[in-house]
Amino acid sequence: MPHNATSSSHAGLQVAVLVSIGRHPLTARARRADQDARAVEMALSLDDAAIRLVHAGGNDDDNEEALRGYLGMGIDEINVIKQASNADIVPALVTSLRDAAPQLVFTGSRAEVGEGSGLVPYLLAEALGWPVINGLAQVESIEHGVATVLQALPRGKRRRLRVRLPAIATVDSNAPPARQSAFGPARRGELAARACSSMPDELQAQWHMQTARKRPKRLKIVKSASARDRFKAAAAKAEGGSGQVLSDVSPEQGAEAIFKLLKEEDVLR
Amino acid sequence: MSDIVRRDPRKEWIARNRLHPEHSEVLAELCGGASPSEWIGPSGLTRRNPHAVGFTGPNGIKRIDRSGAQQAATQPGGRQAQPKDTRRRVEIETPHFLVAVVPDLPGGRLSSHDRDVLGLARQLADADPERPGAVLAIVFGAHKETTFDEAGVDRLLPMEDAESSGYLSELRIAALQSVERELAPRYWLLPDSSLGGGELGRRLAARLGERPATQVWQVEADVDSDTGWRCTARGAAGTKDITRDLPRVALALAECAEPVSETRHATQAVRLNQALPDVLGRIEDLGEVAVDPASVSLAEAEFILSAGNGVKDWEGYHHAAQVLGATEGASRVAVDDGYMPRDRQVGATGTWVSARVYVAVGISGAIQHLQGIQSCDKVVAINLNEGCDMVKRADLAVIGDAGEILAALVAHIEHYREQQQENRDAA
Repeated sequence: MPHNATSSSHAGLQVAVLVSIGRHPLTARARRADQDARAVEMALSLDDAAIRLVHAGGNDDDNEEALRGYLGMGIDEINVIKQASNADIVPALVTSLRDAAPQLVFTGSRAEVGEGSGLVPYLLAEALGWPVINGLAQVESIEHGVATVLQALPRGKRRRLRVRLPAIATVDSNAPPARQSAFGPARRGELAARACSSMPDELQAQWHMQTARKRPKRLKIVKSASARDRFKAAAAKAEGGSGQVLSDVSPEQGAEAIFKLLKEEDVLR
Repeated sequence: MSDIVRRDPRKEWIARNRLHPEHSEVLAELCGGASPSEWIGPSGLTRRNPHAVGFTGPNGIKRIDRSGAQQAATQPGGRQAQPKDTRRRVEIETPHFLVAVVPDLPGGRLSSHDRDVLGLARQLADADPERPGAVLAIVFGAHKETTFDEAGVDRLLPMEDAESSGYLSELRIAALQSVERELAPRYWLLPDSSLGGGELGRRLAARLGERPATQVWQVEADVDSDTGWRCTARGAAGTKDITRDLPRVALALAECAEPVSETRHATQAVRLNQALPDVLGRIEDLGEVAVDPASVSLAEAEFILSAGNGVKDWEGYHHAAQVLGATEGASRVAVDDGYMPRDRQVGATGTWVSARVYVAVGISGAIQHLQGIQSCDKVVAINLNEGCDMVKRADLAVIGDAGEILAALVAHIEHYREQQQENRDAA
C-alpha cells in the first residue's frame, strides 16, 4: 500500500489541508467532500506532520455535521474561518495561509457545491507565489525543503515530480480513498471558529443558477449531396475501408508492420 | 480525361447482338481489351475462355450479363469519380480580433475535444461577417497533426522553443503570457480536460487575473450581455447549470460546439517577435514512472492487447502482453471459455475501452465487441480470416496465425530493446 511515505526526516512538517462542504451526489445531503477527504488522508499518510485543517465558509448546522466528518478521520480540530454565504473565500484563505505559513497545502481539486470551478488552488498559488501541482497521487519523500511526489496522469499513468516547498497540491479521485469517519472522534473534535471580514462575490450574484439540464445528445449528421450517400450512411454497417490489410505475408513481415505502427503511436516503452 | 461518359448506342446494340459479325471486336473494345473471353486464334478458330466470362457480383456469385453494359462498367481504369473536396476555402487577411485556442493534442494529434473547441472558436470568430475574427491555435512542442486547416485554424503559432515533453506548465504559462502581451486575443478557449487544457487554462486565468468560465457546454449569442455572448457552464460537481456572460477565458467541455466541417482555413504560421522569457521552474519533472499495466483499469488503459477465440497459445499471449507492456483484454468467448477473467472482457457486456492502440488477436469482431472499441484510435487485427468484421474495422490487419505473429513480434521487440541498450551503453 502506498500509504506511508518513506520519508523520515520531515519532522515538524507543517501541512495545511483546505476542506469544504461536500454534497452527496444522490441524496444531496451535506457530507465531507470526497476529494477533500482524500486530501486529508494524504496528509495523514505523512509521518510526523503537523496537520491543520482549514475551512472557510458559512457555518450552518448542516455544515457543522459535514465538517465533523473530517474530525472523525482522527483530526482534533478544524479551523473554521467564518464567511458570509455569498463571500469570495480566496482573500480570507490567503491571509490565513500567509499567517500560518505551512510548507505543504493539500486540497481537493474542485468543490462539490457552489461554482465548483476548481480555481481556488491556482488563485491561492498566484497570490502566495507558490508552485501548484494537480492530481497528486502519492508523496514519496520530503527532504530539505524539496518534495518528491507522484502525479496521476490520465490512463493510470504516474509521473514523478520534484517540487520546491512551500507548495500547493490538489488531490483528485486518483488518490488513495479516504478512511471511514468514526462517530466518537467526530463528536469529540473541535471546530475552532474565527471571524474574518468577508468579501462578497459580486460577479456570482449576476449569474443564473439552476439544476443541471440533461445535455442534448449530439446527432450524427451526414452532409452529402446525394440521397444515395445519405441512405448508405444511415443504413450501412460501418466499413473501415481505409485500413491496410496484409495477407500472404510471413509472420516476421506482419510483426514488422505491427511494430512500426506501435512505434509510430509511441506506446512501446 | 473528361469524366463525361460517351455512349455509342450502335456499339452497345452490336455488343448485345451475338450474331452480329462485329460482335466480338466490339465486345473486346467495350471490355477494354483486358482478358477477353473470346478471340480469334492464330489458325482462324474462335477461342473462348469460359472463366473470363462475366464478373463477380456483390454477393460473391458470378454473374453473366449479356447486355454488355455491365462488362463495360467493369473495365479497368474505371471512371469512378473521386469525391471532390467541395469545402470552401476561407482566408482571413486582416482579422479584427483573435480567438486563441490551446489544443491538448494528446499523442500529437487533435482530439475530438480539441476539434469541438476549435468549432466553438470558429463560432465566436465568424459571428459578424463584417468584422471577422481569426482563430489562433497555439501548439506546444512537436506534433503529428496535418489537418489544422480542416479543423478551422486560421493562424498557427508553434511554440518549438518550449521543450516538447514533460511537465512544463510554468514554461507554458510564461509562453501564453507573452502571446497575450503581443497578440492580445479577445478570447482564450481551452478544452477542460483533466490534465492538459483544464490545468493550463486555470493557471492562465489566475495569471491573467481573469475569472474564467469552466466546464462550458453551450455558448449562445445574447444581445443583453456585455460581450455579446452568453454561456452555460456546469457547476457544483455537474449538478448545476450556471448561465452567465462569456468571459475572456473559457474552458469548454467536449461537444460544446460542432466541429468545423464545411470550410478549410489558411493555417498561416505566425511567430512571436520576442523570445520567450527564461522561467525559473520550481517544479522539476523526473519522468514517467513505470506502472504495472495489469493494474491499470481496462476502461482507461492506453494500449490493450486483446485475445479472442483465435488464440491457442495462452502462455505466449500473456508473455507477449508483458513484453509489449500492454493491458490485457479479452473477447467474450475467451472469457466464457475460462481463459481470461470476467473483468477483462471488452465489449457491450464488458468494458467500453478508450485505448489509443487496440490490438485484437484472433477476434473476429462481433458487433457487441466492436461497440466496446468504438472510441479506440488505432485498431490492429491479427486474424486468420480475411473477411471478418474486425479486419474491416482495423487500421492494420495482418492475416496469419496469431501465435506465430505474436512470437515474431515479441522477438522483434526484444531485438529492438537489445539494440537500444547497446546504443545506450556505447554512448
